[in-house]
Order: sequence, then structure tokens, then C-alpha cells
Amino acid sequence: MAANTEDFVIVGAQSSDANEHISKPALSFWQDAWRRLKLNKLAVISMWFLIFILAFAVVSNIFVPQKAANAFNSDKVGVYKNLPPNSGLPIPGWDGKIKAPGDTTVTDVYASQGVPDGERFILGTDNIGRSVAKRVIVGLRISLLVAIVATLIDLVIGVAYGVFSGWKGGWVDNVMQRIIEILSSIPNLIIVTMLGLLLGSGILSIILAIAMTGWLSMARQVRNMTLSLKERDYVLAAKTLGESSSKIAVKHLIPNMAGTIIVQIMMTVPSAIMFEAVLSAINLGVKPPTASLGSLISDAQAMLQFYPYQVLIPSAMLVLISLAFILLGDGLRDAFDPRASED
Amino acid sequence: MTEEAPKKLVELRDLQLYFNQGKANEVRAIDHVSFDIYEGEIFGLVGESGSGKTTIGRTILKIYEQTAGDILFQGKDVTHLKGKQLAEFRKDAQMIFQDPQASLNGRMKVRDIIAEGIDVNKLASSKAERDQKVQELLDLVGLNKDHATRYPHEFSGGQRQRIGIARALAVDPKFIIADEPISALDVSIQAQVVNLMKELQKKHSLTYLFIAHDLSMVKYISDRIGVMHWGKLLEIGSADAVYNHPLHPYTKSLLSAIPVPDPEVEKARQHLEYDTSIETDGKTREMIEVNPGHFVLATPEEAAQYQAQQV
Amino acid sequence: MSNPILKVENLHVNFNTYAGTVQAIRDVSFDLNKGETLAIVGESGSGKSVTTKTLMGLNAKNASIPDNSRLLFKDRNLLDLTEEEWQSVRGNEIAMIFQDPMTSLDPTMKIGMQIAEPLMKHREMKKEDALARALELMQGVGIPNAEEHINDYPHQWSGGMRQRAVVAIALAADPEILIADEPTTALDVTIQAQILTLMKKLQRETSSSIIFITHDLGVVAGMADRVAVMYAGKIVEYGTVDEIFFNPQHPYTWGLLNSMPTTDTAVGTLEAIPGTPPDLLEPPKGDAFAPRNAFALAIDSKEEPPFFKVSDTHYAATWLLDERAPKVTPPAQIQKRWARWQEIQGQEA
Ligand SMILES: Nc1ncnc2c1ncn2[C@@H]1O[C@H](COP(=O)(O)OP(=O)(O)OP(=O)(O)O)[C@@H](O)[C@H]1O
Ligand SMILES: Nc1ncnc2c1ncn2[C@@H]1O[C@H](COP(=O)(O)OP(=O)(O)OP(=O)(O)O)[C@@H](O)[C@H]1O
Ligand SMILES: [Mg+2]
Ligand SMILES: [Mg+2]
Repeated sequence: MAANTEDFVIVGAQSSDANEHISKPALSFWQDAWRRLKLNKLAVISMWFLIFILAFAVVSNIFVPQKAANAFNSDKVGVYKNLPPNSGLPIPGWDGKIKAPGDTTVTDVYASQGVPDGERFILGTDNIGRSVAKRVIVGLRISLLVAIVATLIDLVIGVAYGVFSGWKGGWVDNVMQRIIEILSSIPNLIIVTMLGLLLGSGILSIILAIAMTGWLSMARQVRNMTLSLKERDYVLAAKTLGESSSKIAVKHLIPNMAGTIIVQIMMTVPSAIMFEAVLSAINLGVKPPTASLGSLISDAQAMLQFYPYQVLIPSAMLVLISLAFILLGDGLRDAFDPRASED
Repeated sequence: MTEEAPKKLVELRDLQLYFNQGKANEVRAIDHVSFDIYEGEIFGLVGESGSGKTTIGRTILKIYEQTAGDILFQGKDVTHLKGKQLAEFRKDAQMIFQDPQASLNGRMKVRDIIAEGIDVNKLASSKAERDQKVQELLDLVGLNKDHATRYPHEFSGGQRQRIGIARALAVDPKFIIADEPISALDVSIQAQVVNLMKELQKKHSLTYLFIAHDLSMVKYISDRIGVMHWGKLLEIGSADAVYNHPLHPYTKSLLSAIPVPDPEVEKARQHLEYDTSIETDGKTREMIEVNPGHFVLATPEEAAQYQAQQV
Repeated sequence: MSNPILKVENLHVNFNTYAGTVQAIRDVSFDLNKGETLAIVGESGSGKSVTTKTLMGLNAKNASIPDNSRLLFKDRNLLDLTEEEWQSVRGNEIAMIFQDPMTSLDPTMKIGMQIAEPLMKHREMKKEDALARALELMQGVGIPNAEEHINDYPHQWSGGMRQRAVVAIALAADPEILIADEPTTALDVTIQAQILTLMKKLQRETSSSIIFITHDLGVVAGMADRVAVMYAGKIVEYGTVDEIFFNPQHPYTWGLLNSMPTTDTAVGTLEAIPGTPPDLLEPPKGDAFAPRNAFALAIDSKEEPPFFKVSDTHYAATWLLDERAPKVTPPAQIQKRWARWQEIQGQEA
């Protein structure tokens, strides 16, 4: 021990300032969640994929207007129809060659149908010669529009309904919950068919159908959360401070269920997209010539055996988007719930 | 400690609160309870879990509505307050909670938590004034200014409890209900919080209703103590009288259960079991003043007996 | 009386977090003798639960324990066990009572079955025999009309009854070591008194060793044979219960004792320990308690104090015990305790 005597004088305690110091960096709930989300590679990839798709869908309005995707030259259907995807590179299956119906050998369809040199369709064409790439882009926009509308409805109607019902409690809650039960017991298809009869099939009917039923599970979840959160001490504290109910909802209830809400949206969105696809597939969806991913799949499925790419490309798109939402939702759930990952 | 002719701040008159009234699962959480809290005193309320202490506190603050009986605050009945008067009452009566974790909204910064009352009651005219007030409150409870921008989960239990105290003090209340403010804290931190509460009481001439299930801290902080069991108030008196000369068998049992930090005393300590039959025999009992200011719930015969047992 | 059944040597536990490494346990060593109750006391966050979880092999995923740490139990180092080997130790040779009776019982399983399960698992009893033993245990922990309640579910019981069930489960396999992590903190004093009486009685009957974790010195005084005081991941003082309560040497122990009201505490003499415990992300150099210590020496912030011997059974890690240190006068309440110690010593001599 190298200590000398002046080390043995009493210096006493430090000031409270030094004493109460916190050395961890300040992290808000969101920063903390983001930090945990970043640990989940799949979720991050999904997130960037969705951001990219969304940005692409918005920007694509400029160079692929709806009209261009619907238009076809009725004189040249024979030339342009059912061209396989052609990347211009000698990649098997993506070089404009395909086994024509009945053939056993691969033929260069572009040459045999007399497509002018240099004209290529990167994802091929459909049975009346429209570019599949353009139609998929438009379909994507429709699907994303449906997704956005579903999200908004979920947020606005679902959250508000749930918070109100849970906060009021008593008979109000009882009545509101019964309404939810009634609505969710009506099969969606019946609602759409009725709406279709009333308004004609089309994007508006789809959106209204989603609006009528898509928010139910959100409302239920939010209401359950509200029931438990409203008993929390900080809500009681706000009450005793005289805070109004609407302020309490905005300041205390909703921020504390943000995690649940976001995760719920991540589940609603893919099901809304799928719902649209199913409707379009059974001809209750968008009206031709408008394309949606669902209508593209159903239009092409008759030819699945001969021109599989016409089904596979929009299907792949649909699956990828839904999968990305689900994976991101999973990652978000873990990120918002610190118990799941223990650091 | 009691001054001459003390003024009553809070009066409970035959208060009753039944949960699920009339149903099979009816709970008589408050069963004919009457007592007064004088201005400037610390009134301790003790009793085992489920005895109705929290319910009383919340009923006074109008979080629950009583089944029957009256609550008077500064001589005025608060049962039917509305609008502006209710807002005034909200400012005068505040609450400190048991669980320092659950009582702070984790999504808000400490600054906004503390300033909630300031915002609601528009007590600051500018952002600078608001920050200034928050700063003073942080100082008051011994926290640093750089804590204002942090979130509750970064603090220890004792620090969180002090944030809760600062929030209650922000509206400059007259009366504070502290519902087991130290039960969730370490012993060493308990002393910190209790001492802070005492100091603030003197500085701001506050009145407390201090709820706990442990008589030892309550005795240390309170001027008068009420003992509750099964929704009834069994005994009430000065802290010294209740702690050192308990009358009711339940109070005696409660006192005998407190562990003392002294191995020699502990070796000798015997826990007295409480025989609940005296509460269920159906006789009518009233609060009887056995000694000046020391009341016990009893039949006249029992009261005489209690009186005789005293040494 | 040194007949250690468990030896903890140089235990370190680190947690890797995004903000850095939390050094939760920093060099803890202690022995547990057969049949004794060792109390570990300390503030929240001092590492009591991490110590016990390590003893049960239940640490969080992000924990890391360096190789020189040793937990010697029956000639083997528990830290070398595989998860499978742990399963035969846990709940069998070493059992644990958790703080919260609500979360440590399975809400979907009958209580009788929950008590019988460790017997079927570790003692390979048949179901009927295990249930019969479970009934005995329930009677043993003072559940009235046990045979009527053996098929109850946890939610049908009150908090005190549930904690009794937890005690019964822990005792089912007749463990050699029972770890109780704040078994009564969630309960009110009346029920606490019942559970503590019960634990004492059961220990007398089974002569198992108990590690009792708490922050309540009152409980320690009634339960413990020996006491270890923890602060910021270290043991700062240990000794017999009388030594700790009547002849405390570490200023932190003084602070803990001072902050509790005793029967004769006069109004206004409750002294709190100021400030908050250090952040174990950056444990301070030297004596971790120094910043809150009114008796801190200059050396405290430079060099860590070693253990100074007070008696054969009593050690304290504070520079105040160094011969070069000035004589300090401890707080009044501690002086009173010291005076009591003189009396006790006098009586014994
Ligand atoms: N919202 C409620 N609905 C029905 N019963 C309730 C409700 N709140 C409390 N109770 C019941 O009222 C009784 C009194 O509860 P209270 O919370 O006031 O007790 P306490 O003395 O504060 O207990 P603790 O020490 O556990 O906090 C208990 O039996 C409880 O179960
Ligand atoms: N999984 C973990 N990751 C990071 N830090 C941890 C983890 N588990 C415990 N810690 C830290 O280790 C330290 C000791 O914690 P521990 O739970 O042992 O405290 P304790 O003494 O039991 O306190 P209490 O009285 O509150 O139960 C604390 O600072 C805690 O934050
Ligand atoms: Mg309570
Ligand atoms: Mg612990």
C-alpha cells in the first residue's frame, strides 16, 4: 500500500449533484425501440423494402400513368400478346424464349411473332399485348392505396372507438362492444356483395368494405388496453390534476399503446391487401381495365400452364409485400416489448 | 403537537363505499367511517392489505363516488363539485402513489411529467416560466436540472418517487394523500422520502393523509393515526397513544408484527394473532373516547374493559 | 462452526447491454454453513438478486461470468454445470422462494400438483404418493383444511396463502439450500410475520441452510444467524447477526441501521443515506460508497479498501479500520448500539 497519511483525512460525502448523476445516455422510448429493432436484420430489411416499394409506387405515377398501362393496340394484339419476359441478356427463362403451347422445344417468341428489333418487355406482356411490368406497377399502387386507407381507418376509427369505449366503460362500453360483435359476425363477402350491388364493383366498394370491418380488431385491442391503462396511477394522477378526458387519451393512453397499435396495423395491412386480391379474383374487385395485383392474378390464371410468369410475377409481389409487413410487425412487437429481449 | 382549537381541513362523515353494490360479490370497502384531518397535521392511516385505505384516499379525491356519507373539505361538501370549483379542489388536494414505476408515464420526459399540473391549471404564462418552475421543483426534491430531459425508467425507485412528489407539489396543494408512498422502496430510501415529505410539509404548511401498512414508519411521521380493518375504522388517536398504548386487539396484533432491527428484541418478540370474531358477532359498536382524543370502536362494555386493561 | 456447504469464491457477474457492460457483481465471496441462515442485505440494485439467480443457474442471457469465479457445492463448481445437470440441482438440492407469489405460481395448474411436481421429478415418486406428500406439506405450512384446497388454483387464494404454497413447493424436495429472495416484501406486515415464523419453524425441523435476501433489517434481525451487507455489487461487511447489529463498522451499515425507526427512535432522528447508489455501468474507483459517505476519506476515491478483520467472524471493507485512519465518532444511534455491544460482551465474559 503506497498510501500516505494525507490520504487518511476525512473529506465527507459529495454534493447531491454529483451523487444523483446518471451516466447512461438518455434514451426515449422510441429511440430504445429503434435500437432494438435494428438488432433484427429481417425486420430492417423488410422495412427498407417497404419504404422502397412505397416510394417507387409514388414516383411511378410520373412515368407509368394508369392510361399507359391499360392501353393496347388492337391492331397488333397478335404481335405483342403473351410475350415472355426478356431482359436482353442470355439468362435462361428471362431471354424472351419460352415453350409455346403444344411445342416441346423452346422458341424465341419475340422473333416468331415479329416484334420489331430492339423492343423488349422486361416482364413480358399479357394476352392482349400490354406490358406486365406496367400493369404490375399500377396494381401495386392500388394495393398500396388499399393498405394506406386500411391503415388510416384503423387509426382513426379503430383507435378512437376503442379508446372511447374503454374509457367510458359501463353501459356505453357494453353497447359499443355488442356493435363490434354484430359487425364482425357478418361475413365480409356479404358486405362486399351488397356494396357491389349498391355502388357497383370497384375500388370504392373495396375501400368501404374495409372501412366497415377492418378496424374491428384494432378497436377491440385498443379498448382492452384502455381498460387496463386507465387504472394506471399516472392516469389517476392526471385526473387528480384536473386533466380533461381527451387530453388524458392523447397524452397518456395512446402513447402507451403505440406499440400495440403499430403492431396491429402491421397485421391489418397485409390482410387488407389480401382481401382486395381475393375480391378482385372473384370479380368483385376493381373493374377492368384497371389492374390490381389480385385482378392480374385472376385474369392470367386460366393460362397458368402456358404463361406461368403472368401469374407468378404479381403473386410474388403480393407475397413479398405481405411478408415484409408481417416480418416488420414481428420485429416491432419485440422492439416495443423489452421483456422479449432481455437487454 | 396539536395546537389550540385546530381547524378541520377534511371531514369524513359516516362514509360508506360498497363496490358491486347489491350483487353477490359486494365488497364493503368503506363501512361507516368518520374522522377529521386537521389543518397542518399528518394523519396516518394503517391497516392490512384490503382494509380499504386506498379506497378512502381515492374517495376523498373524487376518483370513486361514495355510496353514502359526506366528505367536507375546508368545511364545504365536495361530493357534488363541478366545473370551476372542482378545478379549484383538484388544485388543493393532490396524491402521491405507491408504485413509483406505475405512477409516471414512461413516454413523457420528467419535465413534462412535473409540469402537467402547471399546464392544466395554466400556472405558467410562458415556456421560460414553466421551465423555471420545473427547475425549482426539481431542486426542492433534490434532483438535478439535467434530469428534466430524461425519462422515468432511467431513475431509481427513490428518485422516481421524488419526481412524483414534485408533480404533486407543482399545483401548490394544501392537502396531499400519500398512498403507501414508501412501501415499494428500500428501507434506506424510505427514510429519504419520509424526511423529504416532512421537510416539505413544514416549508409549505401541508396537510397529509399518510397511508401505510407498516406502523413503524407511520408512527414516526404522523401526528395522529387511524387503524383500519375490513373497511371499518377500529381505533384513532395520537401517534404516541396508538403506538405505545394501543386499545383494540387488532392494533396490538398489528404492532406485534413489526420486525425491529435489533436481534435481542426480535428474539423476544411474539406475534399476537388477531381473533376476528369480535368484528363478526353482530353487536353494534361505536367510536368511544376511552382517553381524551383516543377513540376505539367498541361496545360500551368493551370500552370499559379496554379502559381497565390500561396500565 | 465452520462447516460450509456452499462456498462462493470471487464471483463476478457482468451484463452486456447496449450502453456498455454492467458490472453487477464485483468480486463476491462468502460461505454458507450447514443449518444456518445467512442474510444478504443491501439497497435495490446492489446485486442481491443477481447473486441468488447465479446460485440457481438462472441468469439472464446477456450475463457473463469470468472463469475464475467459483461456486463450490458438494465438491463441484456449479458454474461448470450443463443445463441438464442444473435441472437435477435446481428445485432439488437448491430451491428458491421468489418475491412475488403471483408470478412464481402457474395460474393454470392446481396447487397440489404444483407442490407434487418436484417430488415426481426429483424423487421419482408416484403421483398418488407425491400428492399425499403435498398434502402433508400444505398442512405443514399451515394451510387450513388442506385436503379441501389441494385442487384449488392459485387465483382462489389470498396473497399470504399463495406465498405459503410457494414455500411448500420450495420445501417439497427437502433441499439442502433454500434461497429466499425477498419472500415477504410484497406482503403486508401481518402476513409477513406468519410466513417468517413458518420459515423459522421449518428450518428447525429440516436443518436446511437458508440464504435470505431482504432490504429490511428488521426481518434480518429476527431471521439471520449471519449477515452480509452488499453495496454496489460487493460485500462490504459481514459477521454474525449480533456483530452487524451491535458492532457495525462500515459507514454503509451505519446508514442502513440509522434509516430504520426502532422502538425507541425519537421523532426527528431518522437519518437517511443521501443520494443514490452508483451506476454499475461505470463503478466508481475506490470505495463505491464514498460519494454518499459523510465519513469518506481521501483514499476512498483512490484505492479500494480491503477487508479488515474485526473478529474471527466479522470483517468490514472500509478504510476507517486502517490504523492510519482518524478515529471517527459514528452517529448517535450507532454509539448506542456499540454501548449495547459492550454490555453483551461483558455479560459473556
Ligand atoms: N374497483 C374495485 N372493484 C371491486 N372491489 C374493489 C375495487 N377496488 C378495491 N376493491 C376491494 O375493496 C377492498 C379495499 O381495497 P383497498 O385497495 O382500499 O385496500 P387497501 O387497504 O388499500 O389495501 P392495500 O394495502 O393492498 O393497498 C378490497 O377488498 C378490494 O378487493
Ligand atoms: N439482465 C440484466 N441486464 C443488465 N443489467 C442487469 C440485468 N440484471 C440485473 N442487472 C443489473 O444488476 C444490478 C443488480 O441487480 P439486482 O436485481 O441483483 O439488484 P437487487 O439487489 O436484487 O435489487 P432489488 O432490491 O431491487 O431486488 C442492477 O443494477 C441491475 O440493473
Ligand atoms: Mg392500497
Ligand atoms: Mg432483487
